[in-house]
Amino acid sequence: MPGNAKSRINDFVVKLANVNGTGSASANTLLMKAIFRMGIPVTGKNFFPSNIQGLPTWYEIRVSRKGYLARSGSVDIMVAMNQATYAQDLAEVSPGGTLIYDSTWPRESVIARPDIAVIGIPLARMCNERFAKTRVRILMKNMAYVGALAALIDIELKVIEKLVRETFASKQALIESNMDAIALGYDYAKKHFACPLPTRLKRLDKTAGHIMIDGNTAAALGCVYAGATVGAWYPITPSTSLMDAFRAFCEEFRKDPNTGERNFCVVQAEDELAAIGVVLGATWNGARAFTPTSGPGMSLMNEFLGFAYFAELPAVVFDVQRVGPSTGMPTRTQQGDILAAAHASHGDTRHVVLFPGDPRECFELSVAAFDLADRLQTPVLVLSDLDIGMNDWMCRELEWDPAYRPDRGKVLKPRTVARLPGRFNRYVDPDGDGIAPRTIPGGHPKGSYFVRGSGHNRFGEYTEDSDEYLEVVDRLRRKWTTAAKLVPDPVIRRTRKAGNWGIVSVGSCNPAVNEAIDRLAAKGIHLNYCRVRAFPFTRKVERFLDQHDYVFVVEQNRDAQLKSLLMLETSYPADRMHSILSYGGLPMDYRCVVEAIEEAYLAGVAA
Amino acid sequence: MTSIVKPRIVHRGLSRNRLGLTIRDYEGGMSTLCAGCGHDSVTAAIIQALFELAVPPHRVAKMSGIGCSSKTPAYFLGASHSFNAVHGRMPCIATGAAAANRELYLLGVSGDGDSLSIGLGQFAHAVRRNLDMLYIIENNGVYGLTKGQFSASADIGTAAKRGEVNEQPPIDPVQLTMALGGTFVARSFSGDKDQLVPLIKAGMRHEGFAVIDVLSPCVTFNDHEASTKSYAYTREHSHEVMHADFVPPMPGITVSYDEGEVVPITMHDGSRLLLRKVSDDYDPHSRGAAIEYIRTQQRKGEVVTGLLFVDESRPDMHGINATTGMPLNELAFRGLCPGKRRLASLQRRYR
Repeated sequence: MPGNAKSRINDFVVKLANVNGTGSASANTLLMKAIFRMGIPVTGKNFFPSNIQGLPTWYEIRVSRKGYLARSGSVDIMVAMNQATYAQDLAEVSPGGTLIYDSTWPRESVIARPDIAVIGIPLARMCNERFAKTRVRILMKNMAYVGALAALIDIELKVIEKLVRETFASKQALIESNMDAIALGYDYAKKHFACPLPTRLKRLDKTAGHIMIDGNTAAALGCVYAGATVGAWYPITPSTSLMDAFRAFCEEFRKDPNTGERNFCVVQAEDELAAIGVVLGATWNGARAFTPTSGPGMSLMNEFLGFAYFAELPAVVFDVQRVGPSTGMPTRTQQGDILAAAHASHGDTRHVVLFPGDPRECFELSVAAFDLADRLQTPVLVLSDLDIGMNDWMCRELEWDPAYRPDRGKVLKPRTVARLPGRFNRYVDPDGDGIAPRTIPGGHPKGSYFVRGSGHNRFGEYTEDSDEYLEVVDRLRRKWTTAAKLVPDPVIRRTRKAGNWGIVSVGSCNPAVNEAIDRLAAKGIHLNYCRVRAFPFTRKVERFLDQHDYVFVVEQNRDAQLKSLLMLETSYPADRMHSILSYGGLPMDYRCVVEAIEEAYLAGVAA
Repeated sequence: MTSIVKPRIVHRGLSRNRLGLTIRDYEGGMSTLCAGCGHDSVTAAIIQALFELAVPPHRVAKMSGIGCSSKTPAYFLGASHSFNAVHGRMPCIATGAAAANRELYLLGVSGDGDSLSIGLGQFAHAVRRNLDMLYIIENNGVYGLTKGQFSASADIGTAAKRGEVNEQPPIDPVQLTMALGGTFVARSFSGDKDQLVPLIKAGMRHEGFAVIDVLSPCVTFNDHEASTKSYAYTREHSHEVMHADFVPPMPGITVSYDEGEVVPITMHDGSRLLLRKVSDDYDPHSRGAAIEYIRTQQRKGEVVTGLLFVDESRPDMHGINATTGMPLNELAFRGLCPGKRRLASLQRRYR
């Protein structure tokens, strides 16, 4: 062991470099869950290719006794299982760190890093000797490195075994072979190396009341709990798992065990143009309906989103954001759809957008999205991203208020329609909040009306008359004012010592920003923090801006889209906003925030 | 310009249907299409058919996309709900509507541009889904609202009004629907109300996707000599192979017909279709033979009309999904939300 290895208990990063399609994902999840069950805060980020088999994939597990969930940007232990990326993986290990590799094939290049410890374990050879089938040998190699890590960083074997038993439930043979493989790695490490390493785990009690869940699963649960009955979608990474989860939950909770009848209907549409249309057809008929998608799907939905804005139909759209168009980066994360969502479609349209900051908020804001969509009779776009949507985040357990009842907004019941003194007028605003009561098709003969795009007057009749059009669009602007009063407020974190500098950020930047604030505080730089959770911006966002002379706007896109929206929609001067941008496609690490603010602070102090 | 309200005149002598409604109750606003437009005849046939079927107007949702044809829902069933979607995207709205309320009658009117160009994908997938709706294509081979461009159903060699000749092969919605597994496929002519009215009635009652391709001449842009979708050409070249009479499931109604000449088909709701063979060598039960026959006649320049194929055995979208019988939009929230205790217990799997 090199002498410079510091003891790092419960505060390090393990990165696993694998080849995709080899079954490494389940081994890596097992590792992370085992650490979580030892009461130690942990987070896992999966960097995977747009491919099924044969390309490099990485899994990064950060252990943090303080509960920091962002990427730290450094790697303390690298498990290098992919020859193709070996040089890159070796280079990435922090000085004083450890590299574990499969020594079945010894590598001369290992000696290229004298500042790290290199541990060779003949994983393939051991598995080839123990297991007969080729596929099993490949799969078990992963479990063998889990075993080796258990010895090296002190993961409790009991915990691992329990997880294996739960995973394979009734398949005794699988439990045995997996435990065998784990023992191979464990015993080899114990025999050949000083275990545990200085960088290791120690049981804590900091995960009670928490779960490890991805945002897509949590959002799908939100749809189930909000009472959504119709879902439509076209498969697209990274949103696909949302509908997969919705269907699985519905099969569990919404299917009659005796008859097999389902009280939900999921339509796999021919494209996203159709998916959003199915949602609108369903909400027009009074069902709660949603569609999950990502940026390219959002682009295809644009025409209908504008239509829905004008026709005033509810819709819940999940945009699990990813990088740019078409091939190459679709499995990487970004926040690049903020402006496109806020102003989706042609003509004078603007949309309610919600920004969950973690999976728990995916659950909560998806329920809120259905209520807002029904109340405001308009599409609500929930913008998460690949990082939140597909990675397991540690978050507080989801809670449910049994008193919750859906807010279905101003929907006239057939008997109310029957008692109307005159005719039913679809787009008349009786309360001054910009929201006109609607009816559901098939209810009462008097409630019938014609759904159209821009060409209707307040009575719901066809029109090409300028004044009648103005009456409608100006009321829609009033409705927008109402929306700003109903959408979720930002989450504001104030520091007692903070001066007049603040941070404004959004979504999955949250863990990086929070950690950066703590680290900056240790250096004497104190900032307040406002995490925006909705567009339109509520008054609290404006107030936060006004209270600060200077704000850093932290987001994950090249063109500062949140900052642009703040410039457009608030009176805060643009020259007092400074962008901190991270847009390379990897989940944000806290260092870019720390470095940018430190630099600005020094410059500010110098001035 | 706004819509023109049609004066509603009810004569005492007007006959009433089972619901006590007169044919006036099935009318809509005044048509703003060109005088003589084939679409207006289709509108009249729809009004007649729905009056005779005695469907409560508010239980019908009229669906359309964009184009002259898609304007027509404003001209019938004024008391029905209606949805004028974006161009080519009516089938997905109808899918969502059907998903939410399986008891709503969906009546779609589209055109050849709306269904066969911009909306071809949507149309094809609605057929595959066997969405429970009647889908009428008012087919005139031309774009009317944008003034006379060819549509995807224009035949090779057809000349536009200004002389341009179409060289691209047409998409025939009938053959396409058959190839995609459509369960109710018909073709008619806007000028043949006797044929069209029973087809509309049968299509409304069919549990699944019913397509009626109605040749409906455009008097302004495509009714000249070099057109194969003109009144004159259609009258001369179309011939009926299979006439359908629709018999509602009413007790006491008996119909006499000659065995061998008439093929009876019982529909899901107990209605009966009496298919009268006009052409001896036509078999409406064989998808392959039907397509072959239509093609052969097409090569001779003949347009085959009537109820060309029907299959009452395939499940519709809800049948495939095993959706519960009650419309989803009527399910109580209590039964949809798994509740607090379940949320606590299901989260064990995330620890």
